[in-house]
Amino acid sequence: MKKIRLATVWLDGCAGCHMSLLDIDEAILNVAARAEVVYGPLVDAQEFPKAVDVTLIEGAISSQEDLEKVNTIRKRSKLVVSLGDCAVTGNVPAMRNQIAPRKLLERIYIEGAQENKGIPTSGVPALLRQAVPVHQVVKVDLHVPGCPPPASAIAFVVGELLEGRVPNLTGKVKFG
Amino acid sequence: MKKITIDPVTRIEGHAKIDIYLDDAGHVADTNFHITQVRGFEKFTEGRPFYEMPSITARICGICPVSHLLASSKACDAIMAVVPPETGAKLRELVHCAQFVQSHALSFFHLSAPDLLLGFDSDPAHRNVFGLIEQNPEMAKAGVMLRKFGQQIIEGLAKERVHPSWIVPGGVNAPLAPAVRDRILAGLPAARALADKTLAFFKTVVDQFQEEIANFGTAPTMCAGMVDEGGGLQWYDGRLKFKDAEGATVSAGMQAKDYASFIGEASLRDSYLKAPYYKPLSYPAGIYRVGPLARLNVADGFGTPAADRELAEYRQRCGPVVHSAFHYHYARLIELLHGLEKIERLLADPSILGTHVRAHAAVNCLEGVGMIEAPRGVLIHHYKVNEQGAITWANLIVATGHNNLAINRGVTQVAKHFIDGGKLQEGMLNRVSALVRAYDPCFSCSTHADGTLAMQITLRGPDGAVIDRLG
Repeated sequence: MKKIRLATVWLDGCAGCHMSLLDIDEAILNVAARAEVVYGPLVDAQEFPKAVDVTLIEGAISSQEDLEKVNTIRKRSKLVVSLGDCAVTGNVPAMRNQIAPRKLLERIYIEGAQENKGIPTSGVPALLRQAVPVHQVVKVDLHVPGCPPPASAIAFVVGELLEGRVPNLTGKVKFG
Repeated sequence: MKKITIDPVTRIEGHAKIDIYLDDAGHVADTNFHITQVRGFEKFTEGRPFYEMPSITARICGICPVSHLLASSKACDAIMAVVPPETGAKLRELVHCAQFVQSHALSFFHLSAPDLLLGFDSDPAHRNVFGLIEQNPEMAKAGVMLRKFGQQIIEGLAKERVHPSWIVPGGVNAPLAPAVRDRILAGLPAARALADKTLAFFKTVVDQFQEEIANFGTAPTMCAGMVDEGGGLQWYDGRLKFKDAEGATVSAGMQAKDYASFIGEASLRDSYLKAPYYKPLSYPAGIYRVGPLARLNVADGFGTPAADRELAEYRQRCGPVVHSAFHYHYARLIELLHGLEKIERLLADPSILGTHVRAHAAVNCLEGVGMIEAPRGVLIHHYKVNEQGAITWANLIVATGHNNLAINRGVTQVAKHFIDGGKLQEGMLNRVSALVRAYDPCFSCSTHADGTLAMQITLRGPDGAVIDRLG
């Protein structure tokens, strides 16, 4: 049987959704048997590959780099899943949205430093004015809320997608 | 001058990229290490009630949320001017040990073992935990099971594995059920066997990596780690001890509340990660390291028999003061063993089942600092509040930040040794990434940063044109 090409992406989040994915424990061995993980925090893929079947996105869109990345991901993925509250609603990353990025950066790199005070500008991407959920930028095929979504829900989603079915998440997930 | 970019560095917890500059002869002239995201928890938490801080700051990191929950709750204890009841403090320590086990297992097995077992130069398409599952299922399974054991303890105590709400200002919000204690104790022998076996295996292969050991961030630095009054290693509570590069004590016992007299922070123009430094030596001479390697350099011992035996052998093999960052792996595996011993010891104490686990109080101090050793090194949360308990100011110094300057220097050293611009090979660049991996940096924590961990390597000419691309 041809393996499903699976990608996982970590944008502006805390890795908790990826940890919940690993919390399916031994079931990860079954996923490895049926899916090829072609991109993500656990593998060494060089750039986001073409013809990906399913991409799970953790995190909000927060920087110029996230924005470019998510557009590439959408073009190259058949199904895009927003995994967790940050991808679904903006959640904790969006707590900064009331504050101008400049003020935020001044607090950290000027007021919050004793030496070499100044905002980083070289080799780092600019922050977007606000952190936004994934579906505000690209079309999302499935939303899986939770902070993080429970491992059982992630196992169910991945299992259903591997079988070619759209998962019915009623009663399986909640926000927070 | 040519430039190679590793973007992002892969199999680390967060998002980093590295620029490597080559001179006309193809030798490495310089390197730049960039952390590319910032989230601003210090600013956007202003105005929140202080007792929300543990839950909010846990979201800095899903890998070690327990570390943030603990450091934050300790800062809140100080604001309330309370000492958690004895059982509450022991339960916090227990859940912390479980986190060390799961986090160290993740770092070693899921992230770094592919380099060590499949080879630094092996096919990057399979050089990952899934390749390990295929080629060395026993080792991969050991990693999955050890991580699971740690996570199950967290789940048993705190109800949830990631971002639990059980650790609270004043202690924890529920006692330990005897059935959960018994279940953990029943699982301990199997976990110990896996940890022992992995450490024994590591010791049989470590000598094969002489070139990496000799060139992975070996520049001597100061080290900092938390210790108890007897000088023994402490993860949950103690004072921070600084030793110089030769192993002599320069600061015997920094208390959390005094951190700002010892630790300063410098901004860097090319990274969202600030660089803390030891204030008495000023920036950048005050470079120091934290985490497993540093803790083993600073502490006199573990106070548990198996880990102390391993520590003696480690010092015999590597010397009394160890500087090669490659040995972070070795130190981490010994700590994993200590974590399991400590869990057993805490559970054997009948008072662990006590039911008085939380102290209650309102705001009694307008400022509080919490400090713990997270798996990656010392973590400090510092809050100021108003009379109503709303946060007016916050500062967070996280483990990976302390190592920022050392990682920068280590990257330059590894790049200079391994990279030959005349015949660029992926394995050379993987070793640069592997140096970063050895520190087990958590950039999610450190800038409250992120990462999509894939790697693109581009060799550019002085005009920016692409000369060569790998991948």
